[in-house]
Amino acid sequence: MLESILITFLSAVFINNFVVVKFLGICPFLGVSKKINTAVGMGVAVIFVMTFSSAATWAVQEFLLKPLDLEYLQTIAFILVIAALVQLVEMVLQKTSQALYKALGVYLPLITTNCAVLGVCLLNLEIQGEARFLMSVLNGAFSGVGFTLAIVLFAGIRERLETADIPKCLEGFPISLISASLVSLAFLGFQGLIN
Amino acid sequence: MGEILIAVLIISGLGLVFGIGLSYASRVFAVKIDERVVQIREVLPGANCGACGFTGCDGYAGAIVEGRAPTNACPVGGSAVAEKVAAIMGVEPEGVKRTAARVLCNGRCSVSKEKYEYQGIDSCAAAAQLYAGHKACAYGCLGHGDCLKACPFDAIVMVGGIARIVEDRCKACGKCVLACPKNLIEIIDKTKKYSVMCRSRDKGAVTRSNCQVGCIGCTRCVKACPQQAIFMEGTLARINYDKCDNCGECTKVCPTMAIRVMDFGE
Repeated sequence: MLESILITFLSAVFINNFVVVKFLGICPFLGVSKKINTAVGMGVAVIFVMTFSSAATWAVQEFLLKPLDLEYLQTIAFILVIAALVQLVEMVLQKTSQALYKALGVYLPLITTNCAVLGVCLLNLEIQGEARFLMSVLNGAFSGVGFTLAIVLFAGIRERLETADIPKCLEGFPISLISASLVSLAFLGFQGLIN
Repeated sequence: MGEILIAVLIISGLGLVFGIGLSYASRVFAVKIDERVVQIREVLPGANCGACGFTGCDGYAGAIVEGRAPTNACPVGGSAVAEKVAAIMGVEPEGVKRTAARVLCNGRCSVSKEKYEYQGIDSCAAAAQLYAGHKACAYGCLGHGDCLKACPFDAIVMVGGIARIVEDRCKACGKCVLACPKNLIEIIDKTKKYSVMCRSRDKGAVTRSNCQVGCIGCTRCVKACPQQAIFMEGTLARINYDKCDNCGECTKVCPTMAIRVMDFGE
């Protein structure tokens, strides 16, 4: 059990990192990575939403879609579930924890339909074996951690790019994309870590 | 046909359940916001400059309602806003002191000496790192316009290599005060015309050799002031604005013209 949790962790955070290996959630990865502060905010919000939506979509899949043989509705049903869930979480947070609500701020509704969130829910369905619910939720949380790691690393690089001496034609987005590809290459080094 | 119907029903059913659930949740988890906060927020200028000492207009509006802040703390809105806020809160309006920022240095390029030729990043903060800046006077305005970049109201202009505040536009938010690495900018009552336009702590002879218009600490203004509003801080004259009555005796006796009228309109 512990072993499989560890493997899930390594897999979700490093080997199959959502952003730089699976290329999901590129939009916030490029859009919200100009400063480390905002990148951390975005990352925490993603961890939050991925964990909860993993649990919720697992329930929808298991108790609604599977018994009715409607698995082909996964995508649309999951989008619905995630959107509603994020709204609910936002309301609950506003009521119960003002500090967390303010800290997450605009990022919480922003990632409602982030493809990485949908992706983690769909990929969770491939998990086999016992304790699938627990594994799905853990996979969601760890994938969020992987997203946070990637976006914070990238934000650090972009902050340095601000003052770096860059050829005129590469300033701004071009150099960001080049650095993103280098980050992605670096993460490819984790391939084959676990046999 | 039946299959499609079931699929449609399931999805729309899900949607309906979530819709009802959310609308119910929005009632249960409704956060009560004091109406006055919203009203005050609308009256405030919305510059979010932080001059009131709170995180922004939202923070200030909340603080007023909770009784943590006075109704007249917004320097951007001035007395007009203070009156409206006081009306919403149902208290007597208090006047707002009209203040503005002032750059306390007169050392234009033409009257001050340079220590070396600076070719680094165009920023006072960066220049100040290198032997306290390129000006011979370690206290003077470096003129790279860090304050100008910090000003949200376009109230700062560069004249002859030093920063000047256009007082009509200045809202006294204090952003420039924080931005200046030389601590040259002060928020001063707008009605007080005279200021010692120098911050040099050097001895008189040193100041004089660095800059033609610096305060050399001769104390003539201290003696000349009928209100005893001027005092010495080491070799630098300072004005106590609570006592100053704008008579202008100080500027008449100042040998280096360090005490000046700052009148810099649009």
